Amino acid sequence: MEKETCTFSYCQRPEVIEVETDFLIIGGGMAACGAAFEACRWATPKGIRVTMVDKAATDRSGAVAMGLSAINTYIGENKVEDYVRYVRADLMGIIREDIVYDLGRHVDDSVHMFEEWGLPIWKKGADGWSRDGFQARDEGIPSLKDGGTPCRSGKWQIMINGESYKVIVAEAAKAALEYNRKALNIPQNHFERVFIVKLIKDAKEPNRVAGAIGFSVRENKVYIFKAKAILNAAGGAVNVFRPRSTREGMGRAWYPVWNSGSGYYLGMCVGAEMTMMENRFVPARFKDGYGPVGAWFLFFKAKATNAVGEDYCSKDTPEFKEAVSKYGKWADALGTAIRNHLSLEHMKKGRGPIYMHTNIAMQELAKQMDAKRLKHLEAEAWEDFLDMCIGQAGLWASNNIEPDKTPSEIMPTEPYLLGSHAGCAGFWVSGPGDIPGTPSEWFWGYNRMSTVKGLFMAGDIVGASGHKFSSGSHAEGRIAAKAAIALILDEPGYTPTLAEDINALVAEIYQPYEVYEKYKTYSTDPKINPYYIKPDLYQARLQKIADEYFGGISTWYMTSATMIQEGLKKLQLLKEDANRLAAANLHELLRCWENYHRALSVEAHARHILFREESRYPGYYYRGDFDFVDDNNWRAFVNSIYDPATDTFTLKKVPYVQIIPD
Amino acid sequence: MPSFVITEKCDGCKAQDKTACQYICPNDLMVLDREKMKAYNQEVNQCWECYNCVKICPQQAIEVRGYQDFNPLGGNVIPMRGQDSIMWTIKFRNGTIKRFKFPIRTTPEGCWNADTIYAGLSEPDYSKIRMHGYFNYEARKE
Repeated sequence: MEKETCTFSYCQRPEVIEVETDFLIIGGGMAACGAAFEACRWATPKGIRVTMVDKAATDRSGAVAMGLSAINTYIGENKVEDYVRYVRADLMGIIREDIVYDLGRHVDDSVHMFEEWGLPIWKKGADGWSRDGFQARDEGIPSLKDGGTPCRSGKWQIMINGESYKVIVAEAAKAALEYNRKALNIPQNHFERVFIVKLIKDAKEPNRVAGAIGFSVRENKVYIFKAKAILNAAGGAVNVFRPRSTREGMGRAWYPVWNSGSGYYLGMCVGAEMTMMENRFVPARFKDGYGPVGAWFLFFKAKATNAVGEDYCSKDTPEFKEAVSKYGKWADALGTAIRNHLSLEHMKKGRGPIYMHTNIAMQELAKQMDAKRLKHLEAEAWEDFLDMCIGQAGLWASNNIEPDKTPSEIMPTEPYLLGSHAGCAGFWVSGPGDIPGTPSEWFWGYNRMSTVKGLFMAGDIVGASGHKFSSGSHAEGRIAAKAAIALILDEPGYTPTLAEDINALVAEIYQPYEVYEKYKTYSTDPKINPYYIKPDLYQARLQKIADEYFGGISTWYMTSATMIQEGLKKLQLLKEDANRLAAANLHELLRCWENYHRALSVEAHARHILFREESRYPGYYYRGDFDFVDDNNWRAFVNSIYDPATDTFTLKKVPYVQIIPD
Repeated sequence: MPSFVITEKCDGCKAQDKTACQYICPNDLMVLDREKMKAYNQEVNQCWECYNCVKICPQQAIEVRGYQDFNPLGGNVIPMRGQDSIMWTIKFRNGTIKRFKFPIRTTPEGCWNADTIYAGLSEPDYSKIRMHGYFNYEARKE
């Protein structure tokens, strides 16, 4: 097909607004909010301007937009070293231990700040029973910082009343930005509904970022930000694989449906090195509604079994023994991936569905308590959903499921790409540099800086370091922001100069508008037209390719070299068709760019799986041609660099270094 | 479970320059039909059922109807979000009703601003900016 270009012959040219700042934060979720809080404190007395750009409204943007019922990383009475061991075991033995350790030694302060800002945190009362945030306050139980005992659901998790978690954290971030803005007399340093689609390199220093470009999803405006340092906190990738839901329910992704791979795309396209992009997360969740299971397993002590009542994770089963023979000691640790694997094995043998026995757990707990306490327990069980996955409560209500009476099905979801939950797909960043045993090449001057100078990473897109969750993402945003301010202070003479032609970039961003306006009248219904592809169908095609060739639900997560190679051919045509993406309005322009971001994220994922000749994450994906874990050859990082000029990836193996002993 | 807008209740947030639901939706789904002056969800299969439009609507005009590709009809979940707590009403398909109330925050909404956010916290020590720790916190040592 002939290549289209945008000359603004058919669509209106947008107004172009240039904003000069010093430290630019891309994103508005937990990592971005943490960055704003930390950065503005260091930056303001030195006259350094801080700006945040969010594609949504910061009060309810990012992965915590709905709320959460728990904070999953709080070290508290535990040891940071043990946190590293836990993350390493769950991620099948391959993590950046320096980065995980660094996160563990910082994270508690973010949790303490959340409580200070107003987040209600459950506490243990003197009688050993739980108190919600108000009961704890009214009884005078001290805050966590002052020695209050949290209500642990697991070793690392604490329970919260988290409906307004993000609103509270956003309020603090916005206050910090206001502090910076007022002191430095800046007209605006917080932009909502501006979607950043590309980073721009520096014209004088080839391996440095100097700015970012994006567009307003409300007005015909393109924004260009020039900055001395940039934090990419734009999140992971959701709706990249065909979901189990077929129609309306496609929005009920387990992870936030608006995480469109932008974080990966932005860094990849300026050549930032990636790591462990073969990793993915396939959570086992309550079927269809994708309600959380953590509190049910850990706090209410519910058990899950196959349909005939057998514990599918028992070490006495032939399935477990086979898993250990193929996947070795990492299977023996029964991490999240292996538990998925075992449930899949049972389902394939006709022993599905897998049930979570909420009813038995609740009945057991009821034996220990009076009526009032029982009522509180029931509320706690429902709050788990109402805080963070309301649709699951609706699904139970519409199926007449009361958890104390009826068990519920659990099922592994479609795959997700992320690095803050139980996954670790992301960028290769500098560590803190001060942890004994760290190779010297893992530190290049500034903590959480990518291999591109001035480009920092935090949250879902820092690779090889999962299990940060909400608190850890906030903590990591703060770590990265502080380092970014240090870089700006170290180089007072640096002025960013944009390497690219702005007019060409503006035309590229608005091209889907131009394509739509040019061709829309060819057919009587603009929805079906041979000259373009609308973003929803672009997404559908991407999901189908990913699902069928790269190990999605339709093959029980199975793929192989030959399948990936075939899928990559189809993906290449899809990438070419991005030139014919069409947008009828700004909302569709947003979707066009989001789905293009998704496509490149998926390609990185597939190429990494192809490179790693083993099945490191059974239960998440399998290489049928290498269905084993091979620690001798592959207990190593896989890193890659994408070159946008040639549209090629270069992959390599990077040796693993263990810092914390077993 | 996509959100929908009840025609009779929605007034298009006519006193404001944009509707509350349009302002808050994390996925840019809610839009205002300027002719009818009513809001609607423009892309129901991308709705995460986060309920932020439901919670923010000043007219309580927005509810959620279960995704019909897996939800039987008849259940619904309705929040009433106040300053410090939220009330939930869950209606089952069989008519059972459950009500719950949970805390949402322990500080007054809007209490954090330029003057209060860093009050009482340490000043940054620039000699430590290249080290671990935050402006207000030494990293844990074990």
